[in-house]
Amino acid sequence: MYPSRFSYESPKTVQEAISLLDRSGGEAKILAGGQSLIPMLKLRFASPEMLVDINGIPGLDYLRVDPDGTLRIGALCRHEDLEFSTTLANTHPTLAAAADLVADPIVRTRGTFVGSVCHADPQGDWAATMVALGGKIVAQGPQGRREIDVRDFVLGPFANALAYNEIAVEAVIPGAKGTARGGYLKLERRVGDFATASVAVALDMAGATVSHAGCALAGVGGRTIDANEAISVLQGKPLTAENIEAAAEAVAAVAEPRTDHRGSADYKRHIVKTFVTRLLTNIAKSEQKAA
Amino acid sequence: MALDEIKIGGMGASRRRVEDNRFIRGKGNYVDDIVLPGMLHMEILRSNVAHARIKSIDTSAAWEIPGVRLVLTGEMMAARNLAWMPTLSYDTQAVLATDKVRFQGQEVAAVIADDPYIAKDACSKIVVEYEQLPAVVNPFEAQDPSAPLIRDDKENQPTNKIFDWEIGDKERTDQAFAEADVVSKIDLHYPRSHPSPLEPCGSIADYDRATGKLTVFMTSQAPHIVRAAVAMVAELPEHQIRIVSPDLGGGFGNKVPIYPGYVISILASILTERPVKWIEDKTGNLISTGFGRDVYLRGELALRKDGRILGMRMHTVSDHGAFFADAQPTKFKIGLMHSTFACYEVPAAHLTSEGYYTTKAPGGVAYRCSFRVTEAMFFQERMMHAAANDLGMDQAEFRRLNLVKDDMFPYRTAFGFLTDSGQYGKCLDIGLEAIGYSTFKQEQEEARKRGKLLGIGISTMTEPLGAGNSREYDIIGIKMFDSAELRVHMTGKAILRTGAKTQGQGHETTWAQIVAHELGIPAEDIVVEEGDTDTAPFGMGTYASRSTPVAGAAVAMVARKIRAKARKIAAHLLEVSEEDIEWELGRFYVRGNQERGVTIQDCALAAYSNVPDGLEPGLENNAYYDPPNLTWPFAAYICKVEVDAETGVWDVLKFVAVDDCGVRINPMIVEGQIMGGLTEAYAMANMQYITFDEEGNCIGSNYMDYLLPTAWETPGFELHEVVTPCPHHPIGAKGVGECATVGGPAAFVNAVMNAIEHTGVRNVDMPMMPNRVYEALQTGEDVSGMPPMKVE
Amino acid sequence: MSSLYDEVAPTPGADVPVRRVTIDVNGQKRTVDVEPRLLLAHLLRQGLALTGTHTGCDTTSCGACTVLFDGRPAKSCTMFAVQADGHAVETVEGMGSASGLHPVQEGFKEEHGLQCGFCTPGMMLTAKALLERNPDPTEDEVRWALSGNLCRCTGYQNIVNAVLWAAKKMRDEQTQEA
Repeated sequence: MYPSRFSYESPKTVQEAISLLDRSGGEAKILAGGQSLIPMLKLRFASPEMLVDINGIPGLDYLRVDPDGTLRIGALCRHEDLEFSTTLANTHPTLAAAADLVADPIVRTRGTFVGSVCHADPQGDWAATMVALGGKIVAQGPQGRREIDVRDFVLGPFANALAYNEIAVEAVIPGAKGTARGGYLKLERRVGDFATASVAVALDMAGATVSHAGCALAGVGGRTIDANEAISVLQGKPLTAENIEAAAEAVAAVAEPRTDHRGSADYKRHIVKTFVTRLLTNIAKSEQKAA
Repeated sequence: MALDEIKIGGMGASRRRVEDNRFIRGKGNYVDDIVLPGMLHMEILRSNVAHARIKSIDTSAAWEIPGVRLVLTGEMMAARNLAWMPTLSYDTQAVLATDKVRFQGQEVAAVIADDPYIAKDACSKIVVEYEQLPAVVNPFEAQDPSAPLIRDDKENQPTNKIFDWEIGDKERTDQAFAEADVVSKIDLHYPRSHPSPLEPCGSIADYDRATGKLTVFMTSQAPHIVRAAVAMVAELPEHQIRIVSPDLGGGFGNKVPIYPGYVISILASILTERPVKWIEDKTGNLISTGFGRDVYLRGELALRKDGRILGMRMHTVSDHGAFFADAQPTKFKIGLMHSTFACYEVPAAHLTSEGYYTTKAPGGVAYRCSFRVTEAMFFQERMMHAAANDLGMDQAEFRRLNLVKDDMFPYRTAFGFLTDSGQYGKCLDIGLEAIGYSTFKQEQEEARKRGKLLGIGISTMTEPLGAGNSREYDIIGIKMFDSAELRVHMTGKAILRTGAKTQGQGHETTWAQIVAHELGIPAEDIVVEEGDTDTAPFGMGTYASRSTPVAGAAVAMVARKIRAKARKIAAHLLEVSEEDIEWELGRFYVRGNQERGVTIQDCALAAYSNVPDGLEPGLENNAYYDPPNLTWPFAAYICKVEVDAETGVWDVLKFVAVDDCGVRINPMIVEGQIMGGLTEAYAMANMQYITFDEEGNCIGSNYMDYLLPTAWETPGFELHEVVTPCPHHPIGAKGVGECATVGGPAAFVNAVMNAIEHTGVRNVDMPMMPNRVYEALQTGEDVSGMPPMKVE
Repeated sequence: MSSLYDEVAPTPGADVPVRRVTIDVNGQKRTVDVEPRLLLAHLLRQGLALTGTHTGCDTTSCGACTVLFDGRPAKSCTMFAVQADGHAVETVEGMGSASGLHPVQEGFKEEHGLQCGFCTPGMMLTAKALLERNPDPTEDEVRWALSGNLCRCTGYQNIVNAVLWAAKKMRDEQTQEA
């Protein structure tokens, strides 16, 4: 497999990268981790005229938490930076749970969090966690920076809201108000498989009560499924078996799975329900232990 | 003093592998590593549709790309009488399509250019106009009178049926069923799979106009067969063809057939007078080259109430794709399917088979298998499992009752095979003990009360390995013997060449161990070479676990010839008559005076410096070995699983393998073969398959859809050993490379079935993906894997 | 089979823009001109004749092409050679030294961790990177770390044993030095 020809630029600043994109008139693509883009180029599913490689831009590889608990992930922060983070499990357990389920360990050394969200694969893990956590993408273009709610950012399969001359420079994920609880479950047949179905759950707990609930799904629709409204039935309630059941049913109802070689639509919907139940039950158990 | 055999790396030594020295340094020499001066690169344009008439092919834009040297189409091949080639099953296969494409991925055109990137660019500029025809994705669709005729290129081919075939005794079998107390039935699909060695196929053809010599470096498990076929297809003289099979990145049967890419690269080299390299990409490998299985297996057992088998009926319907290109012995249309039930006492049996063309890739290869033996044993052990349940008998007890007993050998099976040795019951008992069978039923019941589903699955089987004897086994007319040539140099070092071709099995290590065993020359003093038809003796290659049974036997035999000659030299050196010479490992001595002797190295030196009168100088010879029978290893595989009732996901809790492959030359390597085979068994049971949608699109065309297990999912395996030497093999060895792949799948499947069959389900087709297992649990009904896959 | 040369196109004057890159390959600075689309795996294999790096699949799945990129494992079929400009790449040819093998290489031979050898370079480099971060891994940690590298021959068990063998040897050597 051999990609088609393209011209290659390796800017040293974000500004420089933006002006390259601007001049390309939409014929350029950003190259960050490249773990989704390069296979697509090799399969010739994509043939951009220019690649703008941002790997040489210093200062974009950060993973940091602001004093108010907000998590900021730079455009060159690799999957494995999240996987090996020692603090993420406390501040953002949903992300920590997903981190070692993204692709495979070698892909995780190169692939980036922000790039993965930009790729907008309906089976993508990170986009689902972002939706569940209410994350935003910071886009920078000739007109400056703007924040885009991830739900407005991921438009459909492999389509995002960036203008051709914008770069996603950062992902911003709010901290929990209260205690952060959450998880991510993915049905994959082997490491590196795409999700047959996966569920991201993010809760803010105030004592035994859910003060805020977020949820999103991957693999069960033509895009990342926003299940935040569905899981909001938990809002202000404790994690009883009854409430968990109601939430799981509500979330499963918003899945839009299709029958394919990974399973029937009904099966995938059932997996969503099962995973929501398991995630919430695990949280309830660990809350009980903590209390 | 006789040498310590283990110390010199002889039989039974877990000698570390010689070939590793280059592989661990990255110094292997695979086809794609070879660079010849002036070499061009070839890429193949493949059909993106399954079945279509070709209306036109426009290559003009491809020719215009700088760096393009040649663009080949079917029409240009046809002008040289090369548009079609013979297959290994007496059919024809398109090299480049002329009239129609008959499967997705079929070769349509080829570009030869200065580098592969340019060749790919040019391929994308070729415009092919297709008139689409309906796809046929399973043999039952192919049977339908309204189905399109796939092979309209052939005369006397009015339907899509390739063959009807039968074996066994229908009358006696019918009688057995008439007398049966219980008749148990099963209906299975063994899905299409792909051997998928990590290294795809490829070749470098180098035609030298000055000498008329064609050299082809290629990924072949059977280079001599290729040489013969190239001589026939390309009408080149055989002595002017040199096929070199360098290091192979795995084969598993995939590298036995002759593929269009090889032929095209040869013509391209002849036309350009430059070496032409073709390296297939992974998708090309998965969608166009030799697949395995894809057979519907139906059958029934006639049983007496007490559990004895009275008779067996089996019917197979096989899907061969667009060209009948199975690599298998001529005489047997559905391979050695009739080896099924060879380990059990079955008084009467009858097998009927029908084969069909479909619009899928051709090339039913023996994927880590002796010609459909994998399907035969899977059917057998799934049938046994169902029958035990129908009888209400314990799985182990039912098998033990019907297994051929140790004192019954040689045993003639109902289909006429002669099994010659084994300790079947002992193997089974070791396996049962190791898995904790005696307490399992209680454990299973208790677990079920806690909502956990446990299952245990048994698979016991003997299989025919090492084709074959030349009376019955040939491929395109060439008898299935094998060969070895040994040259002992004057310092007692040696070079051994065989007609086999290692691809990970470690021949360079183990063949030397056989020589060490026979001659006492330390294994490290023996270099082993294979794969170059100019230097290696003629042989049928390595597949179907035949290397040790056939080529390995030839190695022992040639070493014995050398020893016989060395004995004459020893007699000369010791100044006694030959009858007074005794042999101990590495040394001849005078009978009655063990102190007085000469080493094999002394004899080697004398062979070149002090030869007795009347004896030819030198110490070299060759041997062609035609085995008197197949070898019959036995295995008991027992698997314990837990099924997650909510998701259908299952995990292997323990897997026990008891293998009796006769005498083990290198135990370390044997165990490596078994673990590798079990992993492929696990893969097929769990995730690895190729299917199609109703338009004939291949689902499984890359490693994102065709799933191979990683280190994470693959379970650990506990191995046990029983040794019953093969009575006819010179060193008592039997084949082993594929036992685990053949017998393993049923152990996994039976285990999962055992965990869920309380719902009434009798069968879930492989792979037992979570969604299928879950569906079976919910409905209690069988889950079929027959394509087309349901897609919304 | 003669008189068919009219079908053979003339040699082109290739006019393809290239970039000059300098890459530290196994400790040596290598300066080469590359077309931007050239994959790192192909530069290593064809341009630098380091054929121990294999290409097995095209979809970033198999890991046969794994190299260490600035010390971390990376699939070199999923990087462009231009991206390696100014970076360090270690291939299997850089493991061990003239005088001896790296313990991971020794472990693979000792524990029969390879058969056909095609996945071996990638496996060994991934293992080396693992042991640099985690000198005393559990079996599960080894299996997890190697799960981006496919092997068709061995069934992995011996590969895992090989890595554990190497880990022990490296720890023992450290203890001796200390």
